[in-house]
Amino acid sequence: MAAPTTAPAVPRYRQPDRRWAELGLLVAAFAVGAAAYIQVDLAVLGKVNDGTWGVLAITGALILSAHVAVRLVARYADPLLLPAVVTLNLLGLAMIHRLDLADELRARRAGQPIPTPDVDSQLTWTALGIVLFIAVIVVVRDHRRLQRYTYTAMLAGLVLLLLPLAPVIGAQINGATLWIRIGSLSFQPGELAKILLTIFFAGYLTVKRDSLALVRTKVLGLELPRGRDLGPLLVAWFVSLAVLVFERDLGTSLVFFGLFVTMLYIATQRRSWLVLGAILFLTGAAFAYLAFGHVRLRVDVWLDPFTDEADRGYQIAQSLYGFASGGMFGTGLGQGYPQLVPYAKSDFIFAAFGEELGLIGVAAMLVVFAIVIQRGMRTSIACRDVFGTLLAAGLSIVLALQVFVVIGGVTRLIPLTGLTTPFLSLGGSSLVANWIAVALLMRISDAARRPEPEGVAMEDAPTQAVRL
Amino acid sequence: MSELVLTLLRLSFLVLIWLLVIVAILVLRRDLRAPRDARMVVPARGGAAAAPGKAPKPVKAKPAKAPKTGVRSLVVTEGPLAGTVIPLGASDVTIGRAPDSTLVLDDDYASNNHARISLSGSTWVVTDLGSTNGTWVGRSRITGPTPLTVGEQLKVGRTVLELRK
Repeated sequence: MAAPTTAPAVPRYRQPDRRWAELGLLVAAFAVGAAAYIQVDLAVLGKVNDGTWGVLAITGALILSAHVAVRLVARYADPLLLPAVVTLNLLGLAMIHRLDLADELRARRAGQPIPTPDVDSQLTWTALGIVLFIAVIVVVRDHRRLQRYTYTAMLAGLVLLLLPLAPVIGAQINGATLWIRIGSLSFQPGELAKILLTIFFAGYLTVKRDSLALVRTKVLGLELPRGRDLGPLLVAWFVSLAVLVFERDLGTSLVFFGLFVTMLYIATQRRSWLVLGAILFLTGAAFAYLAFGHVRLRVDVWLDPFTDEADRGYQIAQSLYGFASGGMFGTGLGQGYPQLVPYAKSDFIFAAFGEELGLIGVAAMLVVFAIVIQRGMRTSIACRDVFGTLLAAGLSIVLALQVFVVIGGVTRLIPLTGLTTPFLSLGGSSLVANWIAVALLMRISDAARRPEPEGVAMEDAPTQAVRL
Repeated sequence: MSELVLTLLRLSFLVLIWLLVIVAILVLRRDLRAPRDARMVVPARGGAAAAPGKAPKPVKAKPAKAPKTGVRSLVVTEGPLAGTVIPLGASDVTIGRAPDSTLVLDDDYASNNHARISLSGSTWVVTDLGSTNGTWVGRSRITGPTPLTVGEQLKVGRTVLELRK
């Protein structure tokens, strides 16, 4: 089909790949992380700890190899994503190290054996996360190929989501059944399920969005989708309720449902999905409040943490005291008492930052989160194919919802739901899953920003049909 | 560690983290700016070839005879592709970000299939193809097929086009 439409030799504008900007920002991010880590040592121990240089060398090498991998296989990927998540990951490591030192001190004073530092395991998971990041951008050369696995992803995602309920390997920790345990290793499969289900939603909506957007029936003056198009929304709603009921995991259930509703809205651009989603959410929330004691407890403590401060309101009250004593400038890294908040390393790590870095430091961290999410959304807008658009939007929404739910929870804006803060909290599953999500975003942004190869646009494009 | 050193460290860390954020935002800003250079000239495809797969042997389409409208080309006057000229024949011109559009825009504010310009009788008519940000003729957003005259500004995303004689 070579009807040679002669294209004149065209002076091409060369899209800058911005890899040097990325490297510069990575160096700055590493400097911030290293400064935090060293400052913790200086404030708590008065000298730089022996293990610190090793930790910095390992993280430095990991970051550098991630950068080299991006240069080699995703040259046009977004220059801000990697530095932003590196900043967060390193700050998380520094804070976990800081809380380790506090635990060590306490154990020493009480004459107990010194607990193994958690920062070691977090460092191992960081390494695994970055290795998987590199593996994803190397293996997945074109994000559109993921669309083939739409239904496989759904199946795998649902299995992972419900795996903790399985008899032998499922484990209940702190009242929530989220973990699977094999030997001494425990893992939260729900974190990976989020990514797989995002792939499924993106693939499903790419195919179905027209019928979801265009076919409407009018009920009471409100344009509503047909009954059968409502099916998937209801399925998503029931699955998230099932997660809530059987695994008692408020956070995952919220993120899961929010993700599906927002992706429906983005795919169809119909606000009625948001209205429907809000109605279903309120129904589900009211049902959960009435039916489950643990949900009611969360809401009661949210409304009034201080009457029962010593017992039920303890966590959230301690978290608020932490933020309060941090004030504007913070107590300085290593100089506060963030270890007083229960679960300071995982769910409440943001309160620890609030105490030691103050509002100014925490605001900077929120801006870094905002940058990650903005770059994801930007990638979604710039992406040329529908699947990539939806996938990038979905991955950013998962991140945004999670940040909102966790930080809203520890600051008492909304009821507390146990979720990890992306990239900061202690917890391997979440860290690894988030690194994979960022790798997918990098892959899509590489495709979106890559200039089209010479000539291909002409050859591939279907030739204009003859007007009849 | 003296109190003073620790206080200095504490404040300089806050400065450092904000410096990182500000530099990141500067990079982000530079990244948002669209390059001003014209990217490429889109050659006219209209009327020059047959649809693939439709005709067993390629119909050697006669150079489409342009009806006498006096309009010869569609010119991009503003936006990332400013300066691009598309000669107009008798066939439709589709505008959008999708790679199969006649005019492939590199404009994030345009939809994949944004608008179509077609000849109706002897006037060129622009139709919005369900775009997100709308298609504008002059200062009003079009709601149906709208005739387009020479020199009138047609706005698609951040791109402005007009018909030329």
